Amino acid sequence: MTHEKLTMAQALNRALRDAMTEDPSVVVFGEDVGPLGGVFRITDGLTADFGEDRCFDTPLAESGIVGVAVGMAMNGMRPVVEMQFDAFAYPAFEQIVSHVAKMRNRTRGRVALPMVIRIPYAGGIGGVEHHCDSSEAYYAHTPGLHVVTPSTPGDAYSMLREAIASPDPVVFLEPKKLYWSKEEVELGRSSAAIGRAVIRREGTDATIIAYGPSVPVALEAAEVADREGRSLQVVDVRSIVPFDDETICAAVRSTGRAVVVAEAAGFASVASEIVARVTERCFHSLAAPIRRVAGLDIPYPPPKLEHLYLPSVDRILDAVDDLQWENS
Amino acid sequence: MDMTGDADHLLPSDSPVTLIGTDGHPVADASRPLPDDAELRRALASLITARRLNDQAYALVRQGRLAVYPSSHGQEACQVAAAQVLDDGDWLFPTYRDTVAAVGRGVDPVEALTLLKGDWHCGWDPYEHKVAPHATPLATQLPHAVGVAHAARLRGESTVVMALCGDGGTSEGDFHEALNFAAVLRAPVVFLIQNNEYAISVPLARQTAAPSLAHKGVGYGIPGERVDGNDIAALLSVLGEAVARARDGGGPQLVEAHTYRMQAHTNADDATRYRADADVEAWVARDPITRLKTFLAPGDSEMAALHEQAEKVAEHVRDGLNRDVEPDPADLFAHVYAEPTPQLREQAAQLADDQMREGALR
Ligand SMILES: Cc1ncc(C[n+]2csc(CCOP(=O)(O)OP(=O)(O)O)c2C)c(N)n1
Ligand SMILES: [Mg+2]
Repeated sequence: MTHEKLTMAQALNRALRDAMTEDPSVVVFGEDVGPLGGVFRITDGLTADFGEDRCFDTPLAESGIVGVAVGMAMNGMRPVVEMQFDAFAYPAFEQIVSHVAKMRNRTRGRVALPMVIRIPYAGGIGGVEHHCDSSEAYYAHTPGLHVVTPSTPGDAYSMLREAIASPDPVVFLEPKKLYWSKEEVELGRSSAAIGRAVIRREGTDATIIAYGPSVPVALEAAEVADREGRSLQVVDVRSIVPFDDETICAAVRSTGRAVVVAEAAGFASVASEIVARVTERCFHSLAAPIRRVAGLDIPYPPPKLEHLYLPSVDRILDAVDDLQWENS
Repeated sequence: MDMTGDADHLLPSDSPVTLIGTDGHPVADASRPLPDDAELRRALASLITARRLNDQAYALVRQGRLAVYPSSHGQEACQVAAAQVLDDGDWLFPTYRDTVAAVGRGVDPVEALTLLKGDWHCGWDPYEHKVAPHATPLATQLPHAVGVAHAARLRGESTVVMALCGDGGTSEGDFHEALNFAAVLRAPVVFLIQNNEYAISVPLARQTAAPSLAHKGVGYGIPGERVDGNDIAALLSVLGEAVARARDGGGPQLVEAHTYRMQAHTNADDATRYRADADVEAWVARDPITRLKTFLAPGDSEMAALHEQAEKVAEHVRDGLNRDVEPDPADLFAHVYAEPTPQLREQAAQLADDQMREGALR
């Protein structure tokens, strides 16, 4: 195994390269992913190094991109397609819901669709409208899709490798604001992270459950809480579908209190689902109702107001303060 | 970039290509030669079976064995030709109305009707005869057809894909995206539009203001052709040529077959609410089977043999659909993912448990 210090963007690029090198059926396509290397440079150099048949620009048509990927996956390829931004994936929604998610089921397992839909998602980068949506609930609500989101460069590398190798379609949500985060990454390895949450920080008083862009915020909150004398555990969900009830419930049982943090609007959200699942399974271990710190139930705000929308350290700590400590 | 602006070679002919007229005689100034006799006799056998299959399925709806059936009665020439021009390694992408075309590729008609019987969604193995599942969301199958074709081309295979679509389906975004992708990728796809003049109740004039649906190819740089959809000779010739051209690396082609939906959209539809019986009557004289029969003038014994063969298929369909198979509830969870998630395993166990207790009560 080799290690290298990489940003999340570089780690994703390495994952694509390594997968393309290992498996000639892996093809990458989307808008501006060719010579430009994608607007976030995730596909940088792939066309130059692997040729136009392996990494190519397509016409601007998201439904077409995903629909063509379906056909290619039906016929022996492993397409990895890029949606340029979260909110620009919506034209592909019908293809994703009606075909990507259902093909295996409708054909009784005869037609599998090993494909990855990469979506740069969520906010915190000062993006103007249509560039900051947290769209995970739409996909998570659709049986047949795996929905995952890494929060570290290491996970970005290994989870993308795992997603590409998966026999099932994976919606791979890349937190835009973490593209430039950097760490030592173990290369050459696929993870077993799909379906597995991970404890990012040990703690004993309460559990913060977060994923994607919210994980670093949760860790920062835990740091501050620690200075104030409260020990917070942080769990990184990583895999929204399949969901790791086991790890997450064990974590909550160990502390008896929990806060779920996610950027998406809270109503009918993945955060809500997590609260419901954990409550159903851990009710007797809970000292207080589980709180959510989520995006507001409004369309994503303009850049100058986005700080009011996003879960912040303060909002997380306020929610933790509300966990009925008087009962302990 | 070199854009010549010269679109003439992309334009369809002024009127649909016809080789055998409605009177069953070859048209005088035909633009191309007739397919050979063996091709046409093979088509006649398929047409007679196709009509029998349509009518049998229609009857099975009335008997409550099928939920519904979108019949291609009157459109059989399009369906038969679409299947007949393909090689074994080629793919067909059918819509819900193209059961007959799927059967033409070798799909067991009972399996082809599984969806409408309600036992499962797709009843056949798409890889066995290279026939994609019936597509119900309009035009969504067309980008898949392009993907299959492009993947084959990347691997240097000579596969051609026949992608079927209705006239109404041409208004959907995926129709446009698929044609554009096919053209840019030079994917070996033949898009066949069966223009049967209606999308449920909506006539073609409310669907498009284009001079013809075949003209739509021009905007993408795809040659378009129009063909008499009730003339199997013309269909075999035009589609056969399009397939050969695609196989030779000539890129995609768009073919509009002008035909007519002789029956209601499905049995659940009442066509008298939006079209006159006289309009339908006018198309009886253009029936594709009568036309080919007049042309080939088969003998009585030859016809009897063809009908007997069709009757065997009908019997097979009746037997298959009258047999009740109890779908296995465990199947509900088996094919959502390669491996059921822990949550699905939990739900499967719960359902099995519920059913056991229900069984114990009974
Ligand atoms: C995306 C989508 N919208 C609406 C429908 C409902 N629908 C089913 S068939 C049909 C008419 C389609 O007409 P056409 O494409 O001409 O095909 P035909 O039925 O005549 O073969 C409609 C509106 C659908 N299946 N998919
Ligand atoms: Mg129609």
